[in-house]
Amino acid sequence: MSETHEGVHRHPAPTGFIRKYIFSLDHKVIGIQYIILALAAVLVGMIMSLLMRLQLSWPGTNWPILETFFPTGAPGGLMTPEFYLSLVTMHGTIMVFFVLTTAPQGGFGNYFLPIQIGAEDMAFPVLNMMSFWVTFVGFIVILFAIVVEGNQSIGQWFAALGPSFVGGSGTVGPIGGWTGYAPLSALGKVAGPGQGAGMNFWVISIAIFCVGSLLGALNFITTLLNMRTKGMSLMRMPLTCWAWFTTAVLALLSFPVLLGGGILLLLDRVAGTSFFIPGGLYVSGLLSGSNPNFPLHTGGSPILWQHLFWFFGHPEVYIAILPGMGATSHILATFARKPVFGYRAMVFAIFAIGLLGFFVWGHHMFISGMSPYSAVAFSILTLSIGVPSAVKTFNWLGTLWGSRIRFTTAMLFALGFVSLFVAGGISGLILGQSSLDLAMHDTYIVTGHFHLVMGVASIFGMFAALYFWFPKMFGRFLGEGLGKFHFWITFIGVYCIFMPMHIMGIAGMPRRYSQFTEYEFLKGLHPLVVFVSVAAIITIATQFVFYFNVIWSVFKGKKAGDNPWEATTLEWNTATPPPHDNFAGILPTVYRGPYEFAVPGAPRDFIMQAEADSEVPGGNGHNGHKH
Amino acid sequence: MVTSTKSVTKKGTGSGAKFPGPNGKKPGGNGWHGDDGSRRKFSPARYRITMWVVLAAVIMMFAALSSVYIMSVHGEQRVAMPHMFFASTGIILFSSWTLSRAKRSLQLEQSRRYVNWLLVTLALGLAFLSSQLIGWKELKDAGVYFVGQPHSSFFYFFTAVHGVHLLGGIFLLVFLLIKSSMNILKPETEKRNAWAAVVALYWHAMGAIWVWLFLLLLVLK
Amino acid sequence: MGRVLAVIIWVLTFLSVLLFVSKKWWFPAAISEHAPALDRQFTITILVVGISFSAAQIGLGWAIWKFRDTGNPSDRAVYSHGSNRLEMIWTVITAVIFIALAVMGQSVWANLRLNDAPAGSYQVEVVAQQFQWNFHYPGNDNVFGRTDPKLIDDGALNFIGIDETDPNAKDDSVTAALAIPVNRPVELRLRSKDVIHNFWVPQLRFKQDLVPGMEIKVHFTANKVGKYELACAELCGQLHFKMKSYMLVLPEDEIQSLKALPQEQFQTRMTELLAKYSLPTY
Repeated sequence: MSETHEGVHRHPAPTGFIRKYIFSLDHKVIGIQYIILALAAVLVGMIMSLLMRLQLSWPGTNWPILETFFPTGAPGGLMTPEFYLSLVTMHGTIMVFFVLTTAPQGGFGNYFLPIQIGAEDMAFPVLNMMSFWVTFVGFIVILFAIVVEGNQSIGQWFAALGPSFVGGSGTVGPIGGWTGYAPLSALGKVAGPGQGAGMNFWVISIAIFCVGSLLGALNFITTLLNMRTKGMSLMRMPLTCWAWFTTAVLALLSFPVLLGGGILLLLDRVAGTSFFIPGGLYVSGLLSGSNPNFPLHTGGSPILWQHLFWFFGHPEVYIAILPGMGATSHILATFARKPVFGYRAMVFAIFAIGLLGFFVWGHHMFISGMSPYSAVAFSILTLSIGVPSAVKTFNWLGTLWGSRIRFTTAMLFALGFVSLFVAGGISGLILGQSSLDLAMHDTYIVTGHFHLVMGVASIFGMFAALYFWFPKMFGRFLGEGLGKFHFWITFIGVYCIFMPMHIMGIAGMPRRYSQFTEYEFLKGLHPLVVFVSVAAIITIATQFVFYFNVIWSVFKGKKAGDNPWEATTLEWNTATPPPHDNFAGILPTVYRGPYEFAVPGAPRDFIMQAEADSEVPGGNGHNGHKH
Repeated sequence: MVTSTKSVTKKGTGSGAKFPGPNGKKPGGNGWHGDDGSRRKFSPARYRITMWVVLAAVIMMFAALSSVYIMSVHGEQRVAMPHMFFASTGIILFSSWTLSRAKRSLQLEQSRRYVNWLLVTLALGLAFLSSQLIGWKELKDAGVYFVGQPHSSFFYFFTAVHGVHLLGGIFLLVFLLIKSSMNILKPETEKRNAWAAVVALYWHAMGAIWVWLFLLLLVLK
Repeated sequence: MGRVLAVIIWVLTFLSVLLFVSKKWWFPAAISEHAPALDRQFTITILVVGISFSAAQIGLGWAIWKFRDTGNPSDRAVYSHGSNRLEMIWTVITAVIFIALAVMGQSVWANLRLNDAPAGSYQVEVVAQQFQWNFHYPGNDNVFGRTDPKLIDDGALNFIGIDETDPNAKDDSVTAALAIPVNRPVELRLRSKDVIHNFWVPQLRFKQDLVPGMEIKVHFTANKVGKYELACAELCGQLHFKMKSYMLVLPEDEIQSLKALPQEQFQTRMTELLAKYSLPTY
């Protein structure tokens, strides 16, 4: 190989432990780092949801263990409302940012996008490494936000940064929900518990996360546009690549908006500006400007924060789920032993979802005080986003029709994804209507809806991806027996958790209440609340089986060959696990579309993308999707 | 259930062994950018794509901030545009022209001129940043402070955010200068041209964004 | 395996649908004029949702039940890359249904939010603050007295900063519960002193944020006398879960006599009325 030009070995395989596993430039190692980060973050977020369920279903119960861990959050073992609300905030933030944005895109996307398009690495390996480590710092800062908010003495460390950094409120973490609506999030300690220094770190963490995600998005887009191997035309890319690409575009265009908004919010908190704070506020017995703890504010608009947040926040929903859709399409075709039904329609649907996703943010704000006329437009646009979503569902069913399904664990999770995507997504038809939102806004039907569709369905996409690609990544299967146990309990469990939430919402149960004991109209719902908690406890317990399975399988799992699933795309064309430059110095050439299963006359029921027609006796050499 | 996996595994192993398949037969012809055996030549397109993508993100951020500004201006208290910001606008437009001269010199392979024009552009960039700081002083003397109503905060905030981005452009110019001084004995390389092209693109974009912000602050006040 | 999964999907679908159809837990009975139209739109929507949900899940289960790998290498799947005709058909059908739903869903919204309150509406100013509701009644002159945040004095129970020197404020009253007339349009002027709150009475099928720095005018008509719980539905801080008040829907004559009362007697009368009416049973 001539190395005078930039050859495949632009960075030779590192040898030291630190360069190989910590500050690695290899997209595969970085991908695994992202997955480990997500697995750690999801554990934290999951434990938080467990604590919330304990409080909601058995309010007033004494949990001595809570006092051991959170002396200020649960004095005497009783959970305080502010502890509960900080759990809400941190659960949402950690899950949305550090789980649903990292694992699907930064994790699996990083590992498999370059391999699937036949590239030796990402376009900018150093940028890729920075993207992960910036995100990692963001995660440390969000954990730190909890510590600072809960511990007033630690706050003194940051006195040099300004008065708003001095001291938390003594609660467990910041309070604001993952949306951090101003002015509650903008006012500072005067607005009550959970608004101290920890809230600053919450905003800073999100700003850092934005930067990390932008670096990643940049890399994904350039890599996909510029580094496809010979023959890998756009319409021959696996649907996973389309999903990762669209996700990167969404991230690229939405994170800058959140970053800008986050900086403004931080300035309101630490510098005393008034971007999101109007004049004449009277908070906790103090008039704005009457007290050094509450400086004079004037002229800002709280709704602007919501516009900026949701302009990011809605595309973020698709950032979470599109990679899951891509993985599901990919895995369904592989184990259905049948080409994806309507490949082109799938690509258009991904793009339509991504595009429309930028024009529907107002459906989070129907009753926020924005113009009621714009609500009409947002409502109609929102329901039209259901069309490409339905098209995807139809195409998944079309892929299964007339197939020969192999029920591996990955396939079970992919099928589960389809079921959950329908179950969770379809209530969007209710919530997207401005009229119905008058009753539904901020109730548990919203909680049930987005948890099913953007939370659980996305996670099922990732479970499917992990069971599917684990053999390629680690050379060993992720235990199928435990995997199937994991699937059955989780699949039934999430239905039991989130379906009743829809009913609670219809009956009027509000979100973000630390207990439902104050209202007569909520008392009758208590059996449902307890049912959901029991289901949640069982489902969460099952996830530890999954964690055990992952760790056990990395070392002791059954060994896997290069193409254990008889799949077609390029990642199955290389060694298991792939060498440092993915293809051992020789990039593959692509001859056909990604899902050539069950080709009549071919010797096997699949033809790989890199198999030339001459190698497939009797194969009719389909060059793409001309049907 | 486990048995089905086993059979799948067995069936599958055959295909992996075939690797590298067709490529093994024609090792020279599988590169995307050329067939000269190097398989992945330097790609100027990669730099160009990346810069456009970076600019898309930068533009989104300024678009968002501009929207906030447009929604925050209530019109009661007007803020006079500092005189120095008019000068800033002239300086940055002129610097775009000098940078285009630099690029032109590079195309004509006039290394000396190229470096000179780069230096002029760099000086203009620093002059722009200084003019912005003087503009801040003008604002302060006029009683317009960063902390106050959003309208006046934005005069500082816009210039600061844009200034940080322009500082990035200045680093890129310095990078070009270092690169050209190292390459001074070598013939012009494709890579150097690619770098010059994307830096120019970034610089022009920063100029355009400043003009947009300037007009926004001038018209809506 | 496949058959088990198919059956589980069907059972989960059946139980989910049952949960909605049984209506063991459902909306509380409505008490506003716009609620029947809203409930009707909800019923239509949930029918579309329920049918689509069941159809998709049954179809998914059926495909899983029917199409399994037999292990016979010559028994292959159907080789097909799709059908443009089918794509067109289902795209158009779903587009028509979804857009039609969206357009139909606008009528309730348009009636409530795109119109001003009818002339002669009963007016109340709502001023929310962290964990407390204040309702400001204009009194017999139907003009709200001037308020100013500088005049807020929690010690003197002047929570909304009423200017006592303003003649219009002389007959104003402020209470912690809301009293409105039955069968007459009500206009609320929603404000907040500190952070965002949300005015919500489940029986009204009505929500609106109260945003600091804004006065948001909304209107509705309640049509059933009684006492109802009023909740905050936007996270406002530590005690969000008990930022509670009551809404009394009263016969016109009771409202008229209440309206004429000066502040202190107004308070007393409200306390009596709150005791007189009881909450609906759930």
